[in-house]
Parts: sequence; structure tokens; C-alpha cells
Amino acid sequence: MPVKPDELWGVLDENPEAVVYAGGTDLLVKLRSQHAKPACLICLERLDDFKGITTEGDEIFIGALTTHREMVGDPIVVRDLRLMATATKSLGSPPVRNMGTLAGNIVTASPAGDTLAPLYVLNAQLEIRSRSATRRAPIESFILGPGKVDLNHGEIVSRIIVSKSPKFGVHHYEKVGRRDSLACAVVSMAALVNVTDDNIISKIRLAWGSVGPTIMRFRSVESFLEGKALSIKGLSEAVRLVKESVHPIDDLRASSSYRREVAGRLLLRLIGYTPCI
Amino acid sequence: MIAKVLISFELNSKKIEVETEPDRRVIDLLREDLGLTGVKESCGRGDCGSCSILVDGFVRLSCLMLAVQLHGRKILTIEGLNELEGVSISVQDAFVELGAVQCGFCTPGMIMSTIDLLNSNPKPSRNEIREAISGNICRCGAYQKILDAVETVTEELSESKNV
Repeated sequence: MPVKPDELWGVLDENPEAVVYAGGTDLLVKLRSQHAKPACLICLERLDDFKGITTEGDEIFIGALTTHREMVGDPIVVRDLRLMATATKSLGSPPVRNMGTLAGNIVTASPAGDTLAPLYVLNAQLEIRSRSATRRAPIESFILGPGKVDLNHGEIVSRIIVSKSPKFGVHHYEKVGRRDSLACAVVSMAALVNVTDDNIISKIRLAWGSVGPTIMRFRSVESFLEGKALSIKGLSEAVRLVKESVHPIDDLRASSSYRREVAGRLLLRLIGYTPCI
Repeated sequence: MIAKVLISFELNSKKIEVETEPDRRVIDLLREDLGLTGVKESCGRGDCGSCSILVDGFVRLSCLMLAVQLHGRKILTIEGLNELEGVSISVQDAFVELGAVQCGFCTPGMIMSTIDLLNSNPKPSRNEIREAISGNICRCGAYQKILDAVETVTEELSESKNV
């Protein structure tokens, strides 16, 4: 259990087979179900250097080891990242949110990860550190597939960086699951939208969870909607595009056809954000 | 054979030191090595909340923590509540009086989640209580009685503060 980054780099160097974990809510379940006993397990929870939420200029920096509970209660998150606050509240259960961390949810890279669709529409960047280097990667290129991320041995995600601009008036997140708590998303959708006073969508970013191997963003749907009125007619046409674009799978939680249908229809919720004229 | 590690922490208001294997789970340490069988294991994978304990005041799952993670922390299990005063006693009494205990297997976890809630929010609404215990599954389905019990405690708390 390293406390300082230098100790972490040392343990990582000495143990090429080491497996790292933060909250343990995913990794410890996996190891137990596979009856695996890794030669070296590194728990990151005491690395205070990678905790806390700060702003510098236009950017918000979220320490990798910030727990979901800390995210939900943080004044910066509540003010500038409402989308993250809403989505994070739907993650797991209270004890899981006390243990699990933001970077843990990212590196686990589940297509159903509750913080991920919001991070995709926020164009979040990850700061990745090793003993000798620091690099940044957009989340969209960092997550490669289910459980697969662009992280080498000796590297860890140190911070999550989100820009405060452009600002969006509408922060929307919806998760469809079998129950509210402790449920993996059957489908989820995150949206950031700006609607003009005369009801035109001036800017929109959309991302879906649990409808493909990673979170999916469809630029074609976004550009289709931009410049159009926020109306049932416009959204319904976009619903069709979404249904053509998603690649959901059948699993024990839902069928692929159900996921396709719901993924499209979640878009219709945006009609609730029509400005009062 | 991997060498044991020595850890020290505060368990139910008493400082203790134990030697344990680096891959021993907290729940196994508490139940098997220290005899605190009030901590229950149902799913062993974070889905049920039976094994909830308080770590530095926050509810956590002892099936998803390794014993070494306890080092230097303050741990509270259901067994430690009787030595405390106030809320922890009232919560247990309310569970008993209002029939919030059926088979009792989820009860320790429910109570630990309730104490975490009342520490941070002494006057929760019924929905906030619902959310706070949403990680604790009761297979008897005693949820309404459990909500009633927690509500009674919060009413008592606010009355006693008004006096």
C-alpha cells in the first residue's frame, strides 16, 4: 500500500506482474470469481497526491482516487458538472460509492460504467503518469473495448480533466436498469445541450452506454440535430438514426432489440427541456 | 507461503494489532480470526450489503476490502454499537420495537448504513432513508418496517434536540 508516488513507481518496477486497484469494488470481485491469486496486488487508496478536485483556469482537475461519494458532494462538481453528479448518484449503492473511485470506473472500462457516458460528452481528458512521464489522452481514445484501456505497466491514471467551456444549459443523464440501486445499466444516455430562446438546438453532444463495446457517441446524430428545432418531429428522426447506429448485444439483462429501441427513445426525453416561450 | 503482515487499527473503540495474510479479506479477518460474526456474508461480491461496516465513519463492504486496508483506520461493527451512546442505541432499539428485524441477516448491515446516514444527515426524508439503505438487500422484504424504524429515530432525535 504505497503512500507516496515514488513508493508506487518503486513497487511497480519491482513487480512486473503487479495488479493495481483503488476501491476494489470491481477487481476484488473479478479475482475471487476467477479464483486468481496475483503475485502482487497494489492498493492505491493511500496515495493522497491523486485525490481532490481543483480548478485551474478553464479546467477542472479531478484526482483519480476521488471516490464517487466525494464527487457527488463536491461544490465544484455540483456547480459545473451537474451531469457527473447525477450520473454518479446512480452508480452502485452507497457503500460502493464510498469505496469506488472515478479513475477506477474509467479503467474498468465497462460499456455500462455510469460515469463514462458523461465523461465522453464532456470531452474529458485523462492525465496518465509514470515514473518518468506525464501524458494526456482523450477518454474516447483511452478506452479501447470492454475492460481494455490504453495503459502500460508502470502507468496509472492520475487525474481526470474536464473543460468548463463551452457551457451547456441542459445536463441530462438517464439510466435504464432493472432497479434503481445496484443495477448495471441496460441502456444509459448522457446529453449536453444548448437550446436558444427560440427553441433551436445550437449545440448538442450525446453518448450512450451499454449499446456497444464502449460508450458510443454518434457525431452524425449530433450534427443532424444541430440547427434544428427541439421538437418531437426532429427528435423522432434522430431516434431512427440512433437505432441504426447502435450495436447492442443480447445478455441476461436485456435483448439487443430492446436496447436498440430504448437507446433511440431515450432521446425523446430531451423534449422536456423546451424553453418556455 | 506469503509472509504475514502486522496491522494495527481501532476496532469498536479498542486499539488492536493482528498478524494477517496480505490477501485476507476484511470479512474473514473479522468473522474467522476475531470472532465478530455480526458481520454477515451473503453474496461476497458487493451486491447485498450484509457485510457493511463503518470505516472512519463511512459505510463500506468488508467483503471487498483486504485486511491490510484497515491499518490505521477506525472500524465499527454491529458489536461495537452498544459501547457507544445516543444514535447507535436508538437505532437498534427502534429496529426491535418496530419489527424491522425478520430473519435478521441483513440487520447489522442495515444498521451500519443507517448510522452513516444519520451522521451526515440527522433529519433525512423517507426517500433519503430509502436511498441510504439501497445497498442493503433484505430478502424477507421488511423494507417498510425498516424505513419506519429509521424514521422513528430521526423524529426522536429532532425532538430531543428541540428540548
